[in-house]
Amino acid sequence: MINHLSTIFSYEFMRNALIASFWISLATGVIGTLVVLNRIVSLSGGIAHAAYGGVGIAYYFGQDPMIGALLFSTVAALIMGMAQRKSKSGADTLIGVMWSIGMAVGIIFISLTPGYKANLMSYLFGSILAVSSGDLHLMALIAFLVLAFVFFTYRSLIAISYDETFSTVTNVPVNLVYLTMLVLIGLTVVVAMRMVGLILVIALLSIPPAISLNHFKDVRTIMFSSVLLSFFFCFLGLVISFQTNIQSGPVIILLASAAFLVSSLVRRLHLTKNS
Amino acid sequence: MENEPVISINNLWAGYEADTILEDINFDMFQDDFIGLVGPNGGGKTTLIRVILGLIKPEKGTISVMGREPARGRKHIGYVSQFQVEDKHFPISVWDVVAMGRLRSNLVRNFRLLPGDKEAIETALEETGMADFRKRTINELSGGQRQRVYISRALATEPKILLLDEPTSSVDSHSSNQLYDLLTELNDHIAILLISHDLTAISTSVKTIGCINRRLVYQGNKELTAEMIEVGYGCPVDLIAHGVPHRVLPGHQHEVRHD
Repeated sequence: MINHLSTIFSYEFMRNALIASFWISLATGVIGTLVVLNRIVSLSGGIAHAAYGGVGIAYYFGQDPMIGALLFSTVAALIMGMAQRKSKSGADTLIGVMWSIGMAVGIIFISLTPGYKANLMSYLFGSILAVSSGDLHLMALIAFLVLAFVFFTYRSLIAISYDETFSTVTNVPVNLVYLTMLVLIGLTVVVAMRMVGLILVIALLSIPPAISLNHFKDVRTIMFSSVLLSFFFCFLGLVISFQTNIQSGPVIILLASAAFLVSSLVRRLHLTKNS
Repeated sequence: MENEPVISINNLWAGYEADTILEDINFDMFQDDFIGLVGPNGGGKTTLIRVILGLIKPEKGTISVMGREPARGRKHIGYVSQFQVEDKHFPISVWDVVAMGRLRSNLVRNFRLLPGDKEAIETALEETGMADFRKRTINELSGGQRQRVYISRALATEPKILLLDEPTSSVDSHSSNQLYDLLTELNDHIAILLISHDLTAISTSVKTIGCINRRLVYQGNKELTAEMIEVGYGCPVDLIAHGVPHRVLPGHQHEVRHD
């Protein structure tokens, strides 16, 4: 088994994928916990899909699609965030609209671009082959930003997530912290997209924290456990993907979903036994 | 100085965009007050709270909290928000909830609790009798206990004014009585303003009572007067006398809007 694994990871692209999994798990585990606690899973989905517009435009102009995606996700996060700060119900529609516009713009620009485009599929569904060493640096940087942000603003962040009105009354800079969080969600979504694709990124963001929430009662523990779970799913998913020649994204997500199902059943059984 | 109002509202109109909800509000509250305001849903209770907390700006008129505009004065208000159902699923301990009361505008200052903060949290927990529950998570508590935790959180801000939004919804009557005993004690050094849609929830512990239904009727009375009911309150019967049909009170002289 160990021998087998060392064979798998003797390939450079698999080593890269493993390192990528590590950084992505750090970022998604921590920020995903905040996504789940703030109930902004659909907003995060909106950011991910809006980012695809950036992929298409950057590709059309011969630029790095990652840069386009990062720019688009940041702008989308800020616009959706500001709308949501104004009115929760109004933001919901806007999120849906921006979600679709992003996809439409992306697809149009990609079809306007001549040439072979198989590579662009990797943004939709993810690919372990897609990770370059430049990507790894970017992932590390974003994981670092997420950790630093959560570490330094932890108390304010939790208060805002729990009770926004009370936080405002104590004069915590709610807008600053909340919008920064959304931008970091946007950046995380873009780098995680390399691994599992933008369509599945929401699952990677929300499933590990959802499982952890079933079993732990402290946000820090939940973040830590989400990082571990996320890395475990990515690692196992990579190995299975390598063996079976199936794309990594769907494998990882199905593993995570199966674990979520088991975790929820265990919790339910536990609850009924105790009551 | 002694007789400066802690909250002062003059000719205030407020609402959301084109929809004016509060009309011509005049209200002064002083340091030793313990005021209960009742009003039907949609009568502007939440709007009034949001104006006092500086979360929305009035359309017309003025409001001051501790002599300053609400956004600056609100740091003296201990706000006891209504417990939301979603809060139940949030993994957080009693201690951490009360610790929110020590947050300030400065993010660097908020990085960690200082010794003074810990003391204030401890004191706030003891004042409400929740000190033994500090390690529990919020979903393990009953409605009454949760309300005490929220009062502790408000007390941890070391407020001059306590503002309570529907404090006895989801609290049984026994806990509700205990809650009022607690508030009466706190009223020794903190002004209390309590707002509810449920008249039966406003106990005799309050010193004075008022009605709010778009307009505010408050004359510093201990009891509801006929005028308050007529002018301030659209349809008070179900609140005043449980289940008694509508005609027990004098007919309305003018229509009061409901929504």
